[in-house]
Amino acid sequence: MYNRNVRGDLIEGNKSLADITSDILRPIEQDAPKWWFVAMALSSLAVIWGVYSMYVTVAYGIGMWNLNNSVGWGWDIINFVWWIGIGHAGTAFSIFLLILRQKWRTSINRAAEAMTVFAVMCAGLFPALHMGRVWDAFYIFPYPNTRGPLWVNFNSPLFWDFTAISTYLTISASFWYLGMLPDFGTIRDRTKSKTRKAIYGFFAMGWTGSSGQWKRFEALAFVLGGMAAVLVVSVHSIVSTDFASSVEPGWHTTIFPPYFVVGAIFSGFAMVMTLMIIIRKFYKLHDYITDSHLNATAKILTFVSLIMGTAYLTEIFIAWYSGSKYELFTFFHNRITGDYAPQFWAMFICNAIIPQLFWFKKVRKNLAMLFIISIIINIGMWFERYNIIVTSLAKDYLPSSWATYSPSIVEVGVFAGTLGLFSTGVLLFFRYIPMMAISELKASLHGGERETHETIAPK
Amino acid sequence: MKKYWRNIDEIETGPVQDKSVQDEASANNEIIGFLEGIPFKTSASRRDFLKVMSYSVASAAILSACSKPIQNAIPFLVQPADIVPGKASHYASTFFDGSEYCPIVVKVRDGRPIKLEGNELYLYTRGGTSARVQASILSLYDNARIKTPFRKNNPIQWKEADTEIISALKKIRHSGKDIVLLSSTIFSPSTLKAFDAFKSSFPKAKVIHYDVVSYSGMVNAYKETIGKAGIPYPLFDKADVVVSFGADFLGNWLFPTEFTLAYVSKRKVEKGKNKMSRHIQYESNLSLTGSNADERIRIKPSEELVALANLYNLIASKLGGSPIEVESASGELKLEKIAAELLGNKGKSIVISGSNDTDVQKIVIAINRLLDNYGNTFDMKRPILTKQGSDNELFDLVNDMKAGKIGALFFHHANPCYDYFDSTQFTQSLGEVDLKVSFSGFPNETLAYCDFVCPDHHFLESWNDFEPRKGIFSIAQPCIHPIFDTRHMQESLLIWAGNTSKWETFLKNNWEKEIFPKQKEIADFDSFWVASLRAGCIETSEDEKLSITNNLVVKSVDSALKSMELQIVQPLAVASGYHSNNPWLQELPDPISRVTWDNYASVSPKLAGEMNLKTGDVIRLNNKIEIPVVEQPGQADNVISIGLNYGRTMAGKVAEEVGVNMYPFVTSKAGHLHYFQTDISISKTGKQVVLAQTQTHHTMEGREIVRETTLNEYAAKPNAGNEAHEEFEKNHQTLYPEHKYDSFHWGLGVDLNSCIGCGACTIACQAENNVAVIGREQVIKRRIMHWIRVDRYYTGPPETPSVLFQPVMCQHCDNAPCENVCPVAATNHSNEGLNQMAYNRCVGTRYCINNCPYKVRRFNWLKFTDNPKFDYNQNSQLGKMVLNPDVVVRERGVVEKCTFCVQRIQEKKLTAKLENRTLKDGEVQPACVQSCPAEAMTFGDLNDQHSNIFKLFSNERNYHLLEELHTLPKVGYLTKVRNKEA
Repeated sequence: MYNRNVRGDLIEGNKSLADITSDILRPIEQDAPKWWFVAMALSSLAVIWGVYSMYVTVAYGIGMWNLNNSVGWGWDIINFVWWIGIGHAGTAFSIFLLILRQKWRTSINRAAEAMTVFAVMCAGLFPALHMGRVWDAFYIFPYPNTRGPLWVNFNSPLFWDFTAISTYLTISASFWYLGMLPDFGTIRDRTKSKTRKAIYGFFAMGWTGSSGQWKRFEALAFVLGGMAAVLVVSVHSIVSTDFASSVEPGWHTTIFPPYFVVGAIFSGFAMVMTLMIIIRKFYKLHDYITDSHLNATAKILTFVSLIMGTAYLTEIFIAWYSGSKYELFTFFHNRITGDYAPQFWAMFICNAIIPQLFWFKKVRKNLAMLFIISIIINIGMWFERYNIIVTSLAKDYLPSSWATYSPSIVEVGVFAGTLGLFSTGVLLFFRYIPMMAISELKASLHGGERETHETIAPK
Repeated sequence: MKKYWRNIDEIETGPVQDKSVQDEASANNEIIGFLEGIPFKTSASRRDFLKVMSYSVASAAILSACSKPIQNAIPFLVQPADIVPGKASHYASTFFDGSEYCPIVVKVRDGRPIKLEGNELYLYTRGGTSARVQASILSLYDNARIKTPFRKNNPIQWKEADTEIISALKKIRHSGKDIVLLSSTIFSPSTLKAFDAFKSSFPKAKVIHYDVVSYSGMVNAYKETIGKAGIPYPLFDKADVVVSFGADFLGNWLFPTEFTLAYVSKRKVEKGKNKMSRHIQYESNLSLTGSNADERIRIKPSEELVALANLYNLIASKLGGSPIEVESASGELKLEKIAAELLGNKGKSIVISGSNDTDVQKIVIAINRLLDNYGNTFDMKRPILTKQGSDNELFDLVNDMKAGKIGALFFHHANPCYDYFDSTQFTQSLGEVDLKVSFSGFPNETLAYCDFVCPDHHFLESWNDFEPRKGIFSIAQPCIHPIFDTRHMQESLLIWAGNTSKWETFLKNNWEKEIFPKQKEIADFDSFWVASLRAGCIETSEDEKLSITNNLVVKSVDSALKSMELQIVQPLAVASGYHSNNPWLQELPDPISRVTWDNYASVSPKLAGEMNLKTGDVIRLNNKIEIPVVEQPGQADNVISIGLNYGRTMAGKVAEEVGVNMYPFVTSKAGHLHYFQTDISISKTGKQVVLAQTQTHHTMEGREIVRETTLNEYAAKPNAGNEAHEEFEKNHQTLYPEHKYDSFHWGLGVDLNSCIGCGACTIACQAENNVAVIGREQVIKRRIMHWIRVDRYYTGPPETPSVLFQPVMCQHCDNAPCENVCPVAATNHSNEGLNQMAYNRCVGTRYCINNCPYKVRRFNWLKFTDNPKFDYNQNSQLGKMVLNPDVVVRERGVVEKCTFCVQRIQEKKLTAKLENRTLKDGEVQPACVQSCPAEAMTFGDLNDQHSNIFKLFSNERNYHLLEELHTLPKVGYLTKVRNKEA
């Protein structure tokens, strides 16, 4: 379908099918490199700090954070939205490209999906943890009960949130896991260790690679992909209704659902880029993650960055156009200028301006620049959530209640813990799961043209 | 094994043999013994396993059952006739803390007082109270109270104390030395009688009145001009013009609660009543009173004399009178204008001063006399008796003490080792006194120097009577059996004098002899006594006929100084040392600066600019103390003002280490204490502290939050300043079905023109609704738990700002933004229009807090009860006795907020139902409404078209806070009206 002259080779280095298998499985079959242990140690430390901070929060109360009567949400919800945003891209990436039959996705989708699952897990911690009485969190489940029965408030965006996120996590995890079945089969077949055989064999769920299985596998991928594609749009739209359906100035905005979805894709793609560069660099997989992959991702980021910029400007314009003095204050005296101007401009510059450097081919070719900008985008996206949540609450309607907010060490600890959890997850993924979908890579070896059954068969 | 101990006694005498502890320990030992018996290394047989299992399961069950102490609830064996468990009784009584006086009604639930309310039968407060009165219930359950008599530091028996004191007194009588009762002004007729009885045994006994904040200047000025003791009572409800020179008569001056009612009643405007008094305030610091003035003129404390002398000259030049030699005052003081206003309202004006300088007070008297105010706007028939202290007597006392002339010194409501201006000298002189006895029921600095402490009952445990003004009497009756081994101070005096009658009998007899004959309504004493107890207060026909006979105006006054001055003020919340250990008052934000848990130096914005000071910067004053500053709009330049009654060293754990003691800065000059100092030096230290302020942004940012207008505009157009309201009401529409209210639809109205911002409502609510105290650190984190706060905004230039107050509580919106966002439906709408909170359903997402535009919702950030980190009343068994059993104490992690006192609504509904009638308008009064001294709040049923609240909601001045959001609040505000040119 695609003209390989335009796209170039999807996999470089003139690989045979066997090369692909051994290249991708090398990190799993060999001992982990030294840097892996160092990274793992650091991540574990972060996790320990995080777990301790969570313990403190639950044992002593939300008062251990620096929230107050005016700013009821802070780093908890900022990080929640941030992680959800990151968790978006994986699925968005692999599903949209799957549906659009973009074969170049094959080198990236597995890592992206793994990232989604870990990010959504990190995100999911916050809504539970931010509750004053987390031990009563089950009240949020709508189930027949003996308390009346007392149902949840179906009108509450937080309940929609809960529903959307749990659905999203289920579908993303299934999509990711089921996509790995053929590769688990491959590992099971190649490994000499009994334990590994048993473990991977268990997870391979009896994969034999028969054509019947392949047929169902592909059909399932499309079905799950179709479902997830809707969720990608819905989950962040719904998260945005936490804000959009409220009365707070700067929250009560109809632009939020698309703005949040785009923002999420933006941060997710940036995170994918970060991971791709790490994988490429440390596992020397530059034949698979080629310059053109990075190039394509950078181009998408440039485009999304333009949408972000437009969204920011639209928001500001509408604030002015509405004539509402509260909106005007929030945007013009509390964000663009005022106490929270640094955070606003950090967001604007990181998200709307710096990614525009990708217009230059030189920047797109420069691995270091790509890496730095991908990180900058995620910092910018973090500030975007800070900007929305904190600035609106800190100075809303009655100036008597205006209060500032900065996080406590416990809040920072919880965030660091989720960063640690995420990187631990990603490191384990590097170590124990094929980072790319081997079967799909093979399918895209020669520009994605279908091969005969014989040529794919392992030697 | 380490030895654990729970208190000092255990270390010294070994662990207390508590049976439950023993049982648990022996049960533990058995298990451990049993488990130790099992050979660890050999594999256990199935039988062993089952044995261990069954034993451990059984013992776990037993242990868990044993671990909690068993508490016995013992029912009444014989049900008392007048106590219904769960139903409150109310007793009329009187609040008196040594400086403030207020008739009250005590709500008693199951034998313990839990709430004080104003006595509606007392005509001068009509049920109003102050924050101090509301908070004083907590002092009854203060763990710091003195629980037994003490000799030096050792608790002793009353009998022992009596024997020793009596023998000491006899020795003193023999030696011919004086016996002095140093007390805040005693205006209790029976106490004076008891002292007379004491005097009959000890003829050299005398009372010296010692008011914590001295009124000696005024007392003496009136004594000299009238020729008799007594301060004429200003009638603010009769005055068209009020000119106050630094008298904070709405805050702490004489009878703030009574004055508030009278002052406000002259300033309420409504249809057909377009008149209100004009209030001009000259002052240095921005006081509560000054913030309510129509015109406020800044003046230095030392300038007051010059200004008043000039004002006198201006008036005297028109009305006749010898002028005073004085430099002319600056034009900024607008004295010509004010003089003209006063002259135009002859006989209808009040001029007062808060100064303690006799000369100042004499000029004030002369002005009022020229203006013919005495007898018109000053009540000469019922003069004030609550302040009689004279500074000279005090100075003499100290000299006498030094000279060894004083044999015994009794302290009653007096703590001179802390609050005497020269406390070091006082303390040293104490050494020359043979017998020092304090009656204080609370720890204070003076106790350390006393030979005996004979603790008086708390006022809620006491019998007492008061005559605050001539012919006006009120009674205090005990509402609880004394909690500790304390005794009436009067009874102690009687016992020491050898008088065997009980104090209550003594008091009753005195009423029979003295007060009963003064009235004619009731013929027999028993009925009179019961009626008096029931009403709490009576007014007899006996009165004085004072007149100003002497015209004693000074010939000349000194010029004002240009130097930096220090003004020492009485703060609103912790007004006297009596309240220092009261966490509710410590945490009540100052109405103006919104600072809690500290005193501080107010500096003017200009001075702050010159010295580069910001709020929280610490300055050094006279090289003696360090104190943080607050940049205070409206503060006079070159004057810093600091509040009294902080920096306690012995007053209980709440009071100690809060603020700085300012009494050492009070000076004595010309026989009077001066609450200001000239020529002070201040310097920046470079240190910074964070003050616990509950509000840090002070302007309304041009938003229509408090709507105001001027009297002329209001007269021309009743909805002046409130034009937007009509607009919003017109556009009122919704897509959704509206709530239906078949029975009641509760609403609350606040007249911003009446609200003076005193904060009584905040404390009343705290007492009624078990609101937690969170301490300085948490207030700094902006987590104050008050359900009703009084917002304060400034408008105009920072030098002369206008101040606006606005009480904000849950607005009980019909379209409540909080309700639809709660995921678990913990907050919802009642069919009576209340926005309700189900605490046990709340999971604490705080979404409702975020979505409340009024930010009235409060979160239990930490465990505020039974937590040593929040060592206030909810951390002690005694302190918890103040809790209202009708209101749940909230758990950590749940959201709470104003309920419109739903428990009170429910109570009155049930009463009405039992009596088979409908609720009367005004019958239900939430705590804030009840306590308001200014009658600024109205509560009632909006479905009832004849109710006051319905009328208020239809008033042209009525508007709703943030009504543009279409939240449809059920709290209405009436615009503020100022009596000045636009």
